[in-house]
Amino acid sequence: MSSLSSADWSAVWLTLKLATVSTVILLLVGTPIAWWLARTRSKWKGVVGAVVALPLVLPPTVIGFYLLLAMGPNGPVGQLTEALGIGLLPFSFAGLVVGSVIYSLPFVVQPVHNAFEAIGRRPLEVAATLRAGPWDSFFNVALPLARPGFVTATILGFAHTVGEFGVVLMIGGNIPDKTRVVSVAIYDHVEALEYAEAHWLAGGMLAFSFLVLLALYGRRYRTGGGLG
Amino acid sequence: MADDLHLRGMPPTDGPRQDAPGARQGIRIRLEVAFADFRLDVDLDLPGRGVTALFGHSGSGKTTLLRCVAGLEPAARGVLTVNGECWQDSARGLFVPPHRRQLGYVFQEASLFPHLSVRRNLEFGLRRIPAAARKVSLAQATALLGIDHLLERMPDRLSGGERQRVGMARALLTSPRILLMDEPLAALDARRKQEILPYLERLHDELDIPVLYVSHAAEEVVRLADHVVMLGEGRVMAAGELRATMARLDLPTAFTEDAGVVVEGRVAEHDDHYHLTRLDFPGGAVWVSRQVAELGRMLRFRVHARDVSLADHQVEGTSIVNLLPVVIDEIVGADTAAHVLVKMDAGGTPLVARITRRSSEQLVLRPGRRMWAQIKSVALLG
Repeated sequence: MSSLSSADWSAVWLTLKLATVSTVILLLVGTPIAWWLARTRSKWKGVVGAVVALPLVLPPTVIGFYLLLAMGPNGPVGQLTEALGIGLLPFSFAGLVVGSVIYSLPFVVQPVHNAFEAIGRRPLEVAATLRAGPWDSFFNVALPLARPGFVTATILGFAHTVGEFGVVLMIGGNIPDKTRVVSVAIYDHVEALEYAEAHWLAGGMLAFSFLVLLALYGRRYRTGGGLG
Repeated sequence: MADDLHLRGMPPTDGPRQDAPGARQGIRIRLEVAFADFRLDVDLDLPGRGVTALFGHSGSGKTTLLRCVAGLEPAARGVLTVNGECWQDSARGLFVPPHRRQLGYVFQEASLFPHLSVRRNLEFGLRRIPAAARKVSLAQATALLGIDHLLERMPDRLSGGERQRVGMARALLTSPRILLMDEPLAALDARRKQEILPYLERLHDELDIPVLYVSHAAEEVVRLADHVVMLGEGRVMAAGELRATMARLDLPTAFTEDAGVVVEGRVAEHDDHYHLTRLDFPGGAVWVSRQVAELGRMLRFRVHARDVSLADHQVEGTSIVNLLPVVIDEIVGADTAAHVLVKMDAGGTPLVARITRRSSEQLVLRPGRRMWAQIKSVALLG
């Protein structure tokens, strides 16, 4: 019954894989940044916060353009990856992951940052007086109390990566099975006037996005941890 | 239960002693910390056992002092030693982080972890100390604070008083060398306070570790404390044994408004005909309304300075029951120009009277003079 070609299914699979890998990396990278932003009194806090938020306002083509330059053979990242024997990242799945992580970073850092700030210092002070060291308090008090923020961050990070187009086009191109994600596949179908195929993918994206947002807004969650 | 629960902060004083300097009973606090709009600067030597109240108005620095002792104010500089263990010595660059200090901290709002059940809250600290160092079991702590039936509940299903009792049990389960309590009753209404106070008194009677108890409520302090530190604007105004300190007259007006003394008396006699009970104390006795207390039990009561009047002879034909021979120690100004505070010695127990300056001059009061104190009423504590 499916009207998706195997190439289209491949694009769907690649998109889900990219979003999953990117979300895991986003949580690993974004959590320490969010923690630092929530706790620091450093003068660099504002600068770091602004850099993290840049993808919110920049056109994706701008991010993609600079990533392409940085990761290309003459860019600093490109020279590093070549020296390490990894090769060049543009037009590879790894390159897409790097682009996605940067592109979706604010969608993960901000909810987690807000959740950490909502917890406040008190629960961590309580934990310290109960003999919990800093790492212990982080994993057993801060993380569980910030859970609603992590759920939001995971949903937003995943969904935003699924929906990316501009950055992928700039640094990933359109290589079937390697870098052709759903959004790019839709673009190809429309270019080729294959509207029926475009509808299947576009309609699927629409339904997926709606369901994600429904899950997000329909969930009654508390934004953090006032203590009992 | 009283015999089971035994927290020892130090080996007994007659046991082997450490030779290191400063290895002695007692709490040495010499700390200062400055914030944008407030500065705390204290130098205190507190006893190594019993309840010491940190007493003062809001903004006096009592909570900040407690946080400094816990190591929660990293900006504080100075020296802190608790029963021979040095937790901070800024000159030597020593600062033991809060989680390595063997203390229990009860916060003003119970601050239970909302994501953990009462049992898991209680076990949080218990599981983080070595098994060999555990001097209090979960069963002992829950029995002491009457929370056995709450173990499987989540904190949001507890009343304010129950939460505070869980918070106290949680702190005790870390087998602390010192217990710090930051106004544990302040967030509770009068009824909840009455619910908690007996538990606090039990703690006082059964713990063998020092307790620092922050409060702005004089009634709590006189009921629970053995020693008192009066704080004002980040400085120590007075410190010492409770009864002696409450009877001091050289304190600022803020404290003398409510001047009075605290006396501990032994239940010596019940008079069932007149429904009275006699309480004996060094140098005298008072009759109070009939108490439900066995003979020999110690009861604390407070004598407000405003309830004491003076006569130069043993007055006959008065409705006042309690007359005590006293010797005048000292006369100082009171909170108003019309009054003076007279400090007296009733055979070893200090008393304070607040009388008019005119009466003082008509009676020709001076230190050393023998008088009769008439006590209109006493307030029993607890």
